[in-house]
Amino acid sequence: MILLSLFLTFFQIGAFTFGGGYAMIPLIQSEVLARNWLTEETLINFIAVSESTPGPFAINIATYIGSELGGVLGSACATLGVVLPSFLIILLVARFFEKFKENPIVSGCMSGLKPAVIGLIGSAVLSIGQTVFFPTGVALSVLYELRTYVSLGIAILMTVLAFRKVHPIAIILISALLGILAGIWV
Amino acid sequence: MLKPHSLWNLFSTFFRIGAFTFGGGYAMIPLIQKEMVEENGWISDDDILEIVAIAESTPGPIAINAATFIGYRLNRFWGSFFSTLGVVLPSFIVILLISYLLRGFADIPVVQNAFFGIRAGVLALIFKAFFTMLKKCPKNLLSYLIVAGAFIATVVFDFHILLIIISCGIVGLIASLGAARREKQ
Repeated sequence: MILLSLFLTFFQIGAFTFGGGYAMIPLIQSEVLARNWLTEETLINFIAVSESTPGPFAINIATYIGSELGGVLGSACATLGVVLPSFLIILLVARFFEKFKENPIVSGCMSGLKPAVIGLIGSAVLSIGQTVFFPTGVALSVLYELRTYVSLGIAILMTVLAFRKVHPIAIILISALLGILAGIWV
Repeated sequence: MLKPHSLWNLFSTFFRIGAFTFGGGYAMIPLIQKEMVEENGWISDDDILEIVAIAESTPGPIAINAATFIGYRLNRFWGSFFSTLGVVLPSFIVILLISYLLRGFADIPVVQNAFFGIRAGVLALIFKAFFTMLKKCPKNLLSYLIVAGAFIATVVFDFHILLIIISCGIVGLIASLGAARREKQ
């Protein structure tokens, strides 16, 4: 049953992601968390691994979540699900491309979808921030925990590096190193 | 219609592209351009622009859109099948191995500490992506309203994301059809 559920969920994610890559995060978050498949913390770990291994992010994260929930078959179902909508739609579009390109309905929808994705990623930032800084629920008690300040320090430093165009893989490796060092000293 | 190409060639080329692109999406375009245009002459630079335009206006990962589209142009259905399989397979194999490996090490404190740091780093990466996309957002009132509306609808009202995506698409469609009609008059 989990196999069918993985396939259908990732089919839906593939069918409604516009822009690829990070645009997929809000949808994955909402679907995976709503089904209690993973905790948000684990999901963020998975996002990090998918971001720093070769290949399209969408395939990586689908394979990873599928493998966690249903082994090799699970990852095959999730990956097939996320690929199939694009594959089928492009097969159709490739045939009628000239008409598709100038279609006012397509371009009209896209003019609303692009800003929507931006707003949704904004809300993903907020919810990931909540998991990072308030891992045990939103409460002021985190202010007394050293871990909070370590997270905050790493997040600020990595934001500076990201804006200086340091490669995402380097950012993930440096944060891993800082996390390990903090674990030794704190 | 371009002349048919060997399916093995398409498969292995896209396998290479899948194996050597990090981050996916637009990061893949330069590699596609190098392999497809410069080295093989299978498609032209104009085709690359077309592919980007299509990828931007159809759902799904750009890598899959591009592989399916190019495969179809070169070899119809089986072309798109083997190109897509090629681009997916490296990720699939690598992640499958990593997921088994990491599951074995997940309880080790060093791994947990590494992921503690990584989660803060991922937050920074997604924040940066959000900021970059915001800067590229079309500069008009409607677009800004949709950005704010989608944000508030999830954060404050907890609406289902699919509902938000579909309604924003409809709003964009109505607005642009309205603008086209006004232009005509």
